[in-house]
Formats: sequence, C-alpha cells, structure tokens
Amino acid sequence: MNLEELNATATNERLAQAKKNHHLHVCVGTACQALNSEQIAKALQTALRQQGRNGEAEVKCVGCPGLCSLGPLVEVASRVNGGPTQPANESPADANHRTAVLYQFVKPEDAEEIIAHLGGEPVKRLETPLDQPFFTRQTKVVLENCGKVDPERIEDYIAVGGYQALLKVLTEMTPQQVIDEITRSGLRGRGGAGFPTGLKWGTVAKADPNRYPTNVPEGIQSRKFVICNGDEGDPGAFMDRSVMEGDPHRILEGMAIAAYAVGANHGFIYVRAEYPLAVKRLRTAIRQAQRAGLLGNAIGGTAFSFNVEIRLGAGAFVCGEETALMASIEGGRGTPRPRPPFPAESGLWGCPTLINNVETLANVPPIILKGAEWFAGIGTEKSKGTKVFALTGQVKNTGLIEVPMGISLREIVFDIGGGIPDGKEFKAVQTGGPSGGCIPAQFLDMPVDYESLAKVGSIMGSGGMIVMDDSTDMIEVARFFMEFCMDESCGKCIPCRAGTVQMHRILTKIQEGKATTRDLQILEGLCDLVKHTSLCGLGQSAPNPVISTLRYFRDEYLSKVKPG
Amino acid sequence: MTNTLTPPGRPVGDGAVAVKPDDRLAADKRYKIIEATMRRYGYQGHGLIEALHSAQEAFGYLDDFTLKYITRALRLPPSKVFGVATFYNHFTLKPQGVHTCVVCLGTACYIKGAREVLSAIESGHGVKAGGTTADNQLSLLTARCFGSCALAPVITFDGETIGKVAPQTVAGQIAQRLATSALR
Repeated sequence: MNLEELNATATNERLAQAKKNHHLHVCVGTACQALNSEQIAKALQTALRQQGRNGEAEVKCVGCPGLCSLGPLVEVASRVNGGPTQPANESPADANHRTAVLYQFVKPEDAEEIIAHLGGEPVKRLETPLDQPFFTRQTKVVLENCGKVDPERIEDYIAVGGYQALLKVLTEMTPQQVIDEITRSGLRGRGGAGFPTGLKWGTVAKADPNRYPTNVPEGIQSRKFVICNGDEGDPGAFMDRSVMEGDPHRILEGMAIAAYAVGANHGFIYVRAEYPLAVKRLRTAIRQAQRAGLLGNAIGGTAFSFNVEIRLGAGAFVCGEETALMASIEGGRGTPRPRPPFPAESGLWGCPTLINNVETLANVPPIILKGAEWFAGIGTEKSKGTKVFALTGQVKNTGLIEVPMGISLREIVFDIGGGIPDGKEFKAVQTGGPSGGCIPAQFLDMPVDYESLAKVGSIMGSGGMIVMDDSTDMIEVARFFMEFCMDESCGKCIPCRAGTVQMHRILTKIQEGKATTRDLQILEGLCDLVKHTSLCGLGQSAPNPVISTLRYFRDEYLSKVKPG
Repeated sequence: MTNTLTPPGRPVGDGAVAVKPDDRLAADKRYKIIEATMRRYGYQGHGLIEALHSAQEAFGYLDDFTLKYITRALRLPPSKVFGVATFYNHFTLKPQGVHTCVVCLGTACYIKGAREVLSAIESGHGVKAGGTTADNQLSLLTARCFGSCALAPVITFDGETIGKVAPQTVAGQIAQRLATSALR
C-alpha cells in the first residue's frame, strides 16, 4: 500500500463512518471484558436491528477509554445536525467527541433503552459526565486512539491517520533525519529509566554489526534488531497492556519507523503470557499490516522491509530487564548479563539491538506527523511529552490516565483520581512498582517528572501509581515488595539472591515484633549493599521500597522495634 | 531417555531418520501441535520457550516424556530444557486439577485484601496455594498481577476474570462454579 492507496483507504473509511449518525463505542479492554462487555456489544447490535436503526448507527468494540472503575463503559458519539457533512480532513473521533455521552456500569439489559434514546435525551440513570476532571485534566497522545478505534480493524486505524507517519518517513526522510527529529522532541524512555530515545536510536544506527561475534539463527535476515518491550511485570501497572489491546497498530508503526531509522529488518514484540488478549490483538494487527503491505517486504512500495514476530514471556519479572529479555528471546533462561557491551552494540544474538518500551514506541508516530516542536511543547524542561499512569489503590477513580509531565501529584490523586474514598486520609503514593518508592503527603505538590521523582527517592517507573490511605501499614508494603523481589530474583548474582532474602527476613521479624534497633541498622546496611553491588536493575532497585519507607515512615519502624 | 523416541524433523547424524516410532507420540495428536511450533522455528534452540508454551497449552503441564521429546527435537542438552522449564513461573511440571483458580497478589489487589481472599479460599476448599484439592477438582495458584487492577481484588476461575471479590463470599463463589460445571 503506497501513500495514495493509504489516503484512499482512509477517505473511504471516513465516508463510510460518516454515513452513520451515531457511533456506539463499547470498551473491550481486559477489565470491561471481564464484566461481560462483549455481551453488551451483541445486545446493542440486536437492539439496533430490532428497532430498525442499524442504518443510522454502528456498534464498535474499542480499547480502554480509561475509567475502568465505572466499567463496563459505552460511549455514544452522535453528530448534532446529522447528514454526511463531515469534512474529509477531520477525524471521526474529533467530530464525534463534541456530542458524546458516556454510560457507566452498563448491562446487556440496558441495550434497548440506550438504542431507544439515540438522538434524543441520554439515559440519565446510566450517564456519567464527560466534563469531570478525570477526562478534562488529561492530555492524550499515546492513548488518543484508545477507546476510539476498533483495535481489530486496520482500516479504522488508517482512518484516523494511521501509518501516515511511516510512509512519510519512508518517502520523505533519511534515517538520520528521523533520529534528529526524535532527538529534538526530547522523548525519553517510558520504561522507567528515562534514557533519551534519540540518543539510543543514534547509537544503534551507528553501531557496526560486525564488531562483535554474532550467531543469528537460520531464516532471520537481519543484522540489527528492534525489540518492543511489552513485559510489563510491575504489579499494579497496566498501561502497556491497554495500549497493546486498544491500539496495536500504533506500536507496529512505531517499531517500523524505529527499524528504518536504525537500519533493522526484523523486530520482536516481547509480551507477557498473562496478557492473552494483547497477544491476540497484536497477532491480528501484524497479519493485517502484512496483508496491506505496511509490514513485510517492500513496505509502501519502497525498498525497506521489516518483519515483526511476537515472543511470549513466561512469567519472569526479571525479563523486563533488557539483557534478560534478549536471553529469553534467544530461548534461554532470562538472566541478565553485565553491561557493557550495551544492547545497542551487542544485543540479540550479538547484533546491535534497539530495545524500547511499548509507550516509547507509541509516542513515535505523532512526533513524526506533528513535529518535534509540538511534542517538546508538552511537559517540563527536561521531561517532555505525556506519561500514562495506571492509577489504582485507595482512590475513587481507578483506571488509565495520561497526563502532561510536570503535573502535580495532588492534581493526579485528588482531581483526576477524585480523592480518597470512605472519608479516609491520603498517606502515600507508590510509583515505580517494586523498583520505586513511596511518596508521602508532604510532596503532593511536587511536579511529576523523571528528576523530581528521583530526588524524593522514587522513580518514574513504567507508570504504576498506587494510592494508599492512612489504614495502610507501610512496613507491610515494603515487605510485600521485598517478597516480590525475593521470589523474582533470578539468582545469578549473590547480592540480589541472598540480600533480598535477608532483608525480607528482617522485615518479617519487625512485623512479628521480634526485631531490635540493631536489626534496623543491619537492614540499612543491606539496602546499601544490595543497591550498589547487584548486577541488574532488579537488584539495584530492590531496596528502594525499604529505603523510602524508612526515610518517610521511620516512626512506624521505630514503634515496632525494641531497643537493643 | 529411551532410544525409541522418533526425533521429529531433522534426520539424525548421517541422514538416517531414526528408529522405531514411539507409540505415545503416534497415539497422541497433541504432539503434532508441539511439532508444528518447533517446525515454525526451524527446530532451532530459540524456539524452546514457544515449544514449551504449546506443550503446556496442550497438556496442561510438562511431564518428563514431553520435556525429553522437546529436548530431542531441538537437539538441546536436557539440562537447558529443564533449566528453562523450571526458571519461568508460567511452566509447571505437576499435573493440574480439573479447574484452576488463580488469585492475583499484585500491589493493588494486595492493599485491597488479596491475602485475606487467598486464605479464605485456602480454608474454604482445603487447599494450599500452589496445590490441588484431594479430589483433583481445583488447583489454587497465585499470580503477580493480571493488570485488571481497577477490579481489585481479582481472581480468575478457568481463565474467567472475577473482580471485586470479598473474603467472606469468595469460597462460596468458587464452590458454586465447581458445582455448576459438575452438573454439565
């Protein structure tokens, strides 16, 4: 499919959609699907047929619109005046959003009533306002299509401008220009560490595939690789899952652009086996993109070819670490190895490898289309763009949110999140999963960006944000994360393998009331040792939850230890 | 390892395809599925995890025979195959019960009481996490986050997600599901 054909497909799809006055978007993300949202979609379709209105409305299964706590969600987007008068360059999503109604806690039985009210007054008992802070405070870049496009239809993605960025890159830009654009945008890795993406791409592009010995298996024709890290192991984080489920084509497009920029012809998406729906949707997306000539050989009629394979994880947290992930793709135990050489020089099968997080790659197509300046205009001086967070725990609105960098924690928890339920008090927010820390109330007005979070002893992480109220026992939280790290330690290096066990033992002792102040000293010594001597990120960050709770909630520890 | 295994795919050594067909491989069509997976990766070592995935999907667990079969087919040392199969939490070497219940112990579930949910199931059904009931009806497992945190605490029963469970009622919910499936 070349650019002309792509535009023609987009126009046709938009015209077809414009014929319908009402678009019913049913969320089929994991959370809503668990609440039977597919039944709702069927019931809505049946009701449309029964009431003879299927000519003017369509039911579409879409990805997660974010507000999971009110699910299953159905959004009804209607045009005010009706008639196919929509301008061709306006995406249906934009046009529809103006008159949208969102229904919460929908049941299949509600379908007839919803359809009967199409075009008239919305069903009041199900309606939830769209102008609440949860929606108005967000800035959607990565998630702009989630909840709008059908993840199982490539035409739907093309209609909102999908694959335009890829063809623009292939026909108008050199690989160096692409890298420069990404560098100027200031995009940083969304997996947690925040490494500048442009710099990484530039290193892989310059790397010589012959510098290190390689052993690429038969049948793979590439000497550089692009890997999309979808091994979202942090408990309490589901951002990447939602993007993979709700907008899989965007990840493929981002990967293809990255591959063109660094000179790779083969890519892997490493997804957790715990995300069957994401795997299924990605497989469908790859098949569709190949059939449309947007993946595979001679993409868009150019000389560039790029193939993507999916590899399943098998439940090892450490595989989120890049060298462990590559060991797993190679078919072995997922254990990390010392760096350097960095994957950018010697990665998968010894070849230069670009490894980016799902969210990082999903940011790429809009940067190419709208320009680096547009992206750099969002966020703070050092942290550009937006960040997706999975807001969970003791907070009213749980779900998926996307906010500009630099927003304060208070805005996230109290405006978007709606505050703490049951009249309890805010105590802390935990970011970064087992590698992060707990941020207490005194830092609520701190901006959320890579540097500020690091300064208070936490990390941005992949985006899990767990709110805790005053009934939460912070030592128990630290012990929970330590138990996690202890179980998930791969056992390769001793500080992590033995240190996490010892720290967990002391934390248990504290909880049982058997510890003394001497144990606290040992605990602090161990934190320092494990942090500085472990081989990979898992061990180096495993003490963070203990260090941060010791720093901000020391009273709780002291109240449980005896002098000694 | 028995020498009656037929190495699928590649001929052994000097090109002679080895020996007697094994009854079990011929009788059980599920080995064909694993074979197809390994063929997709050209019987190369990097297909090991994918092969183990399809074996576990086909049989529910990985027994010695299947592991040896994969070892042969991919021409890997048995230590490597056993090492990989035991490294990843997803793979199990023990047969599972007829039904599987998984309790999420992710952070969001944890602070909303997943521990209590787990112990309620343990005492209600007389099974420890990681074990199977005496009548082989229910296996109880734990997981590190399904990513359905908005529904916390979450459990799955035979792959179906059940959200916002409570310690008081969860054992009953499972008993009910076991009973309905027994009727079918």
